[in-house]
Amino acid sequence: MYPSAFGYYRAASVQEAVALLGEHPDAKLLAGGHSLIPAMKLRLATPSALVDLGSVAELRGIRQQGETIVIGAMTPHREIEYSTELAKTCPILPEAAAVIGDPLVRNRGTIGGSLAHADPAADFPACVLALGGTLTIQGTAGGRTVEAADFFQDMFATALQPGEVLTEIQVPARQPGVGMAYEKFAHPASRYAIVGVAAVVRMNRSVCEEARVAMTGATSKPTRLTKLEAALAGKPLDEATLKATCVNVVSPDGLLGDHTASATFRAHLTDVFAKRALQRAAERSTSR
Amino acid sequence: MEQYFGKAVKRVEDPRFLTGSGQYTDDLSLPRMAHVAMVRTPFAHARIRRIDTAQALEHPGVVAVITGQALRDANIGSIPPGWLLPDIKTPPHYAIAVDRVRHAGEIVAAVIAESRAIAEDAALLVDVEYEMLPAVSLGSAALASGAPAVHDEAIENVCFRWSIGDQAAVDAEFDRAAKTVKLSLRNSRLAPNAIEPRASLAQYVRASDELTLWTTSQNPHIHRLILAAFVLGIPEHKLRVISPDVGGGFGSKIFQYPEEVIVLYAARKLNRPVKWTARRTESFVSDSHGRDHESEAELAADDEGHVLALRVKTIANLGAYLTLFGPVVPTYLYGTLMNGPYRFRAIHCAVTGVFTHTAPVDALRGAGRPEATYLLERMMDRMAQELGQDPAELRRKNFIQPDAFPYQTPVALVYDSGNYEPALDKALTTLDYKRAREAQAALRKEGRYLGIGFSTYLEACGLAPSSLVGSLGAQAGQWESALVRVMPTGKVEVFTGAHSHGQGHETAFAQIVADDLQIPMDDVVIVHGDTAKVPFGWGSYGSRSAAVGASALKMALNKIRDKAAGIAAHLLEAAPEDVEMTGGQLHVKGVPERGKSFSDIALQAHLAHNLPEGMEPGLEATHFYDPKNFVYPFGTHVAVVEVDPETGRVTLQRYVAVDDCGPLINPMIAEGQVHGGIAHGVGQALLEHALYDEQGQFVAGSFLEYAMPRADDLPLFEIDHTVTPSPHNPLGVKGIGETGTIASTAAVANAVIDALGPFGITHLDMPFTAENVWRAIQGGKKAVA
Repeated sequence: MYPSAFGYYRAASVQEAVALLGEHPDAKLLAGGHSLIPAMKLRLATPSALVDLGSVAELRGIRQQGETIVIGAMTPHREIEYSTELAKTCPILPEAAAVIGDPLVRNRGTIGGSLAHADPAADFPACVLALGGTLTIQGTAGGRTVEAADFFQDMFATALQPGEVLTEIQVPARQPGVGMAYEKFAHPASRYAIVGVAAVVRMNRSVCEEARVAMTGATSKPTRLTKLEAALAGKPLDEATLKATCVNVVSPDGLLGDHTASATFRAHLTDVFAKRALQRAAERSTSR
Repeated sequence: MEQYFGKAVKRVEDPRFLTGSGQYTDDLSLPRMAHVAMVRTPFAHARIRRIDTAQALEHPGVVAVITGQALRDANIGSIPPGWLLPDIKTPPHYAIAVDRVRHAGEIVAAVIAESRAIAEDAALLVDVEYEMLPAVSLGSAALASGAPAVHDEAIENVCFRWSIGDQAAVDAEFDRAAKTVKLSLRNSRLAPNAIEPRASLAQYVRASDELTLWTTSQNPHIHRLILAAFVLGIPEHKLRVISPDVGGGFGSKIFQYPEEVIVLYAARKLNRPVKWTARRTESFVSDSHGRDHESEAELAADDEGHVLALRVKTIANLGAYLTLFGPVVPTYLYGTLMNGPYRFRAIHCAVTGVFTHTAPVDALRGAGRPEATYLLERMMDRMAQELGQDPAELRRKNFIQPDAFPYQTPVALVYDSGNYEPALDKALTTLDYKRAREAQAALRKEGRYLGIGFSTYLEACGLAPSSLVGSLGAQAGQWESALVRVMPTGKVEVFTGAHSHGQGHETAFAQIVADDLQIPMDDVVIVHGDTAKVPFGWGSYGSRSAAVGASALKMALNKIRDKAAGIAAHLLEAAPEDVEMTGGQLHVKGVPERGKSFSDIALQAHLAHNLPEGMEPGLEATHFYDPKNFVYPFGTHVAVVEVDPETGRVTLQRYVAVDDCGPLINPMIAEGQVHGGIAHGVGQALLEHALYDEQGQFVAGSFLEYAMPRADDLPLFEIDHTVTPSPHNPLGVKGIGETGTIASTAAVANAVIDALGPFGITHLDMPFTAENVWRAIQGGKKAVA
């Protein structure tokens, strides 16, 4: 596979990356490269230059600030998968990381790359959306934060403007009574989500106070299942309730479909995986 | 002396493969080498109105742009098929399309440049004006009236109509049968996906007017013969074909491909080395595919379940062009296998070979035999289901008995040997069949759906003898060569016409030599894959290396041993028949203390100071071995699957394989072949699908879409063997490279259908993707949870 010719720049800092993007308007940021480089090899992407963020140390790492978890955009999936901290404070992220691609992909791919690329079948976008995360963006005009709900705009389209760099992802640390789970039906070849459902529930005794459920894989962007969320509020998340509520959660009309999984099948899988994710999220809410 | 035959000797070739030191075609680089990018049509069927190469030619670094017309003007011929059937249509297959393209991915121009990157850039600048034509991708659709014609000379897109067996006898059996079952079955199309993509490098030496082609070939002599004599029209001795390390073939590297013709033509025309290596996306649309059958099958049995007759009608999709073995795979490698290990009174199998606007279809691991086994084993299960009999016991009662060999089947083959029940029993014991059925019944009450599926397959491989295959239409012999050359120091070079592209000949063949000459394995080197070194041979496909290639080696070794014994007898002043070889010494029987080592004899043979009267100096022997018959591996494979009724997802839980390939030369290598073969067959059943849409667009053209089986799709295989030697070859060995693929697809399919029994499902076509299974469950009766 042979990409068209392109320039290559390695940024040492976010500031330098922003400056390089300013100098090369047709450049693309290179994170883990596991989506961009295949696209370039197939000439689906033909950037004039790559600005490599791989050496920007400030973009990598996981830390907690009060009640918020801050994850550097260049943190590889593998670091999230094996983070003992996240296993306690935001277990949905390690769980989702563990089902991305294969170990080689997870060693290179980054959370920021996944979110900024906004592949409609990626795993992290639905999780960050369900968590109610925010994203920090740096540009020539300085920094800004965007709610996950506003960040994802369409297939491969986000709130990132030309010349901007996604630097950090903030998600709330798990509070008592909160349970979360990610359930995915993986494509047998790509292992991307045919349907993935991220569920974050806040339980009070056995009653659901709030459910945030987001899906990926079958919609052009990660999508909250608001109808389902509303139906669950104030209910126990027991087998009977879930069986009754996780029915026709989404309409097949407008869902993505292909020869591997039709829109009808994906709509059905959304029911199944919403139920499974909620079941596990509810179970985990009690394991404080 | 150490005994090597039967030992799991570590593979001689692995250190270089595991350390990245292998030399594959793409690793080779020559001075002034130019690179090719192919311009491939995105359309399944179109008329080429005009090709404008001017812009590409102007691109800096471009050396040449070659079109189909240029090849025609240079009298470059069509690539011929290697097997002819009565009334077969063989439309020309030119390396580059001239006026019409007939499948997506067909080459319309080749751009040659200083680097591959430049060539790829310039390939985008070749301007081809097409007139779109309607296309057809499904075999049955191509036969329908009004279907678009692939070739004007093939009326209704029929390439051939072929049949085998006694139709009247079958009809009579059906008339008196107590029970008949009928199924429509589709055998899905597969892409071969060897880990090493195809590659070719051609070099021309003007001084001697000689061409050398390094290429990913399973059979370099066939490449030389066809490319020189039939395509380029040059003397065979002016082309040397070298097949260096090759990373898997599975059949796809048997055939002569357009790209090989293009690099050879370009190297001579430009007087520069020219290289092409397939991008994976090119592999998907240009490697010959496998399978793709639509069949109607009927099986008749008496009321106790003894099978009587089988009636099969198959439409075999051949793709747009006939490649080397395209005609034989769905005929003589398919219809003749319909008997399996069972006692049939009559079988009739009729096959229509059909052209479509898709990539050519040819041999793929198993080649016809997986298709036959899938059909037959599905029918056996369907009959068991119909009669309410246990599928294992139905098979058992139909087995040919061990005293019935040689056994003449109703479809031409004569089985040389077999003993089918011990393999079935071993598999049932390993599985603990009774307990597995109990567990299945218990779990069904919990709403879990397990299935157990059998495949008591039979394979015919090592096609032979040459006179027989010739009478059936082969344009080739099916013998094999071996040259054993002993050096003065007693080291041994073996030149085999067989070819290793993963099979481990450098190890297994050396084991045979070391045992026979009682020398260390380190003293033996196996050379293959170079027409300038190796005597003419037919290469490796159809599981022929051990049965035919190693048998040729064994026969050549006998000649070496005889001559060595003659020299030893002379030196020991004894009669040759009184000399024996033990402990690495040739000595007079009963006098082991006074002997000559093999290296002593080798030296004496070369010095020739004191040889028996009239004996030629040297120690070298060649043997061309033409077997008397095929060999017939067999066995029992059992798959246990679980179906998730909510999602339709199938999980393979257990896999038991008991194979009989005769004596195992190297059990580790045999086990590796079984593992790979099972994975390949499971891939077809559960995951893989080389799918074209109705317009002839290939919709699974990358590993994002085409699902190859991976380690986590598979359980740990439980493998065992029985040993029934072939009576007619000197080693008693049979093939093992394809058994796994031949057996496993049917075993998994039967397991899935067994799991779906509670939903009233009696058949479902592959692949058993989640959606296919889920839809079947929705359409079936509701199970009682």
